[in-house]
Amino acid sequence: MSLDRAHALELLRSMMRIRRLEERAAELYQAEKIRGFLHLYIGQEAVAAGVIAALQPGDPVVATYREHGHALLRGISADAVMAEMFGKAGGCSGGRGGSMHLFCTGARLYGGNAIVGGGLPIAAGLALGDKMQGRADVTAVFFGEGSAAEGTFSESLNLAALWKLPVLFVCENNLYAMGTALSRSQSQTDVCVKARAQGVPAESVDGMDVVAVEEAARRVVARVRGGGGPSFLELHTYRFRAHSMFDPELYRPKAEVEAWRKRDPIVRFVARLRDEGLLDDETLRGIEEGAAAEIEAAVAFAEESPWEDPATLERHLYAEPVTP
Amino acid sequence: MSTTRRITYREAVREALREALQRDPRVFLMGEDVGAYGGCFAVSKGLLAEFGEERIRDTPLSEAAFVGAGIGAALAGMRPIVEVMTVNFALLALDQIVNNAALLRHMSGGQLGVPLVIRMATGPGRQLAAQHSHSLEGWLAHIPGLKVAVPATLEDARGMLAAALADPDPVLLFESIRLYPTAGDLAVDAGAVPLEGAAVRRPGRDVSLVTYGGALPRVLEAAGQLAGRGVEAEVLDLRCLRPLDTHAILASVTKTRRAVVIDEGWRSGSLAAEVSARIMENAFYELDAPVARVCSLEVPVPYARHLEEATLPTVERIVAAVEEMGIGHG
Repeated sequence: MSLDRAHALELLRSMMRIRRLEERAAELYQAEKIRGFLHLYIGQEAVAAGVIAALQPGDPVVATYREHGHALLRGISADAVMAEMFGKAGGCSGGRGGSMHLFCTGARLYGGNAIVGGGLPIAAGLALGDKMQGRADVTAVFFGEGSAAEGTFSESLNLAALWKLPVLFVCENNLYAMGTALSRSQSQTDVCVKARAQGVPAESVDGMDVVAVEEAARRVVARVRGGGGPSFLELHTYRFRAHSMFDPELYRPKAEVEAWRKRDPIVRFVARLRDEGLLDDETLRGIEEGAAAEIEAAVAFAEESPWEDPATLERHLYAEPVTP
Repeated sequence: MSTTRRITYREAVREALREALQRDPRVFLMGEDVGAYGGCFAVSKGLLAEFGEERIRDTPLSEAAFVGAGIGAALAGMRPIVEVMTVNFALLALDQIVNNAALLRHMSGGQLGVPLVIRMATGPGRQLAAQHSHSLEGWLAHIPGLKVAVPATLEDARGMLAAALADPDPVLLFESIRLYPTAGDLAVDAGAVPLEGAAVRRPGRDVSLVTYGGALPRVLEAAGQLAGRGVEAEVLDLRCLRPLDTHAILASVTKTRRAVVIDEGWRSGSLAAEVSARIMENAFYELDAPVARVCSLEVPVPYARHLEEATLPTVERIVAAVEEMGIGHG
């Protein structure tokens, strides 16, 4: 497939914004500015960038606890994302959600779900609600291959297929559920087989190739939006960093990590664009600097943002104040 | 002249469902057996023929999926009513109820509201044994972000659903298995009632009997027996377990100076424990006797009729608890 230059550079910019955000988040975690659990997305950027490029602005997105990149590409400002990770008032949830719980009603981003598989039924429901109201939206739900062992996986795929709901199931198969390899935890290691068993058409794609991801996502989203019922995409990818900042990473060989690093989705895409004459040094530098400037501004915003007043703590429990 | 008609609790719930479906196109009902079967407890009988498969949805046996789908549909702007057959089955959906429905508004800093109604049957009384008979509404009343309402009368069975649907937050409605077949007179024009706030079902001056849900008829019967012995018991129906109407509890206890809390849940960690603690915290010096509790025995509900009955707060146990307070003997 020949690449449209402007669009290709946009894909590259998307991945580099995520990469920069995550690298800074790791540093800020070491500096103890960000606490709690922090799950980084470094290595998996092509999945969010490729799939989200294939969605319309009004399409609901449901993500997991590794969702900073999805939030950023869905239009939550880096300021609001960073301030939320700092636990500051300027965060998208005023510090109540943190890294694992980013939401935005305006962008229809519904998670930030930190229970593995917990977002799958919600995605089916969003699709049901949109369908019942005559909207042509497609709900995209991101989840890891570890979710395929949860009951909600088969339950939600069954429901979506039974009711022909417009859901795109996006399995980010990075081979490890926390520290447990797929082969150590699931009898059927081909998640597409599991999806097809519920009547959902499924295909596997190289999740380190942003163009392949977007191409597959566009094709599948068109089918779903056209009333074809749910679809399932498995994207083979890898997280270069540990599961979370607490993870000593004893469960996988360094050689394996190194082998996957050679397939870095950003490095590969940059090389391809250079080969095809679509990217020069100056343009690349411009994209890098743009991403860096955006994230540095977000860090400054988060630093300067005040702490949420504990007097407001009980707000947002119910729509109206309720005395328990 | 007020006109009433004879109606069962089951029919009152069905009327409320029908009215909700007629009034708002965003409302739909989904759950196990709600459609073709007519509802496991025959509550939704006839609604499929009337409203069609789009709005009366039979679901797979997938509690987590269809409760979660209810949350998603609510987020997308619908007003789903999800029926989970019994509270025991709701345990399979507890993740969605507790980790999503209850938490999303707060975790999102007020961005996401979940206007969802979940109905389920609760309590013993039909010889359904341990896995279909438990009273776990007190557990769910522990969770901030949920509202937990328990219609114990025909008026509430008819009127609480509309209020629950009008609420912008998730509301759990617990319907007592034992109450479904009970009949009484209900005003022809009975409609919505507030979801929150306790109600005095029988005024009295000597002791407050604080209860809710399926226990209410027994408590009223006990109050009747006590009246025959010269004890005027006030019966307070909590109606809503979260938020709990502390004000009404204290108003009653301050008047009567004695309280017995009757709860079909198990005693340890029960809602009765919470009510008792609130009385102690706020009205200790008003009391003439320690707060007493009559709860279900702490065993799984057994199958045999006489054993099941023996686990319950019976009229005899309620009357005995009041008599032990030293009133009614002159």
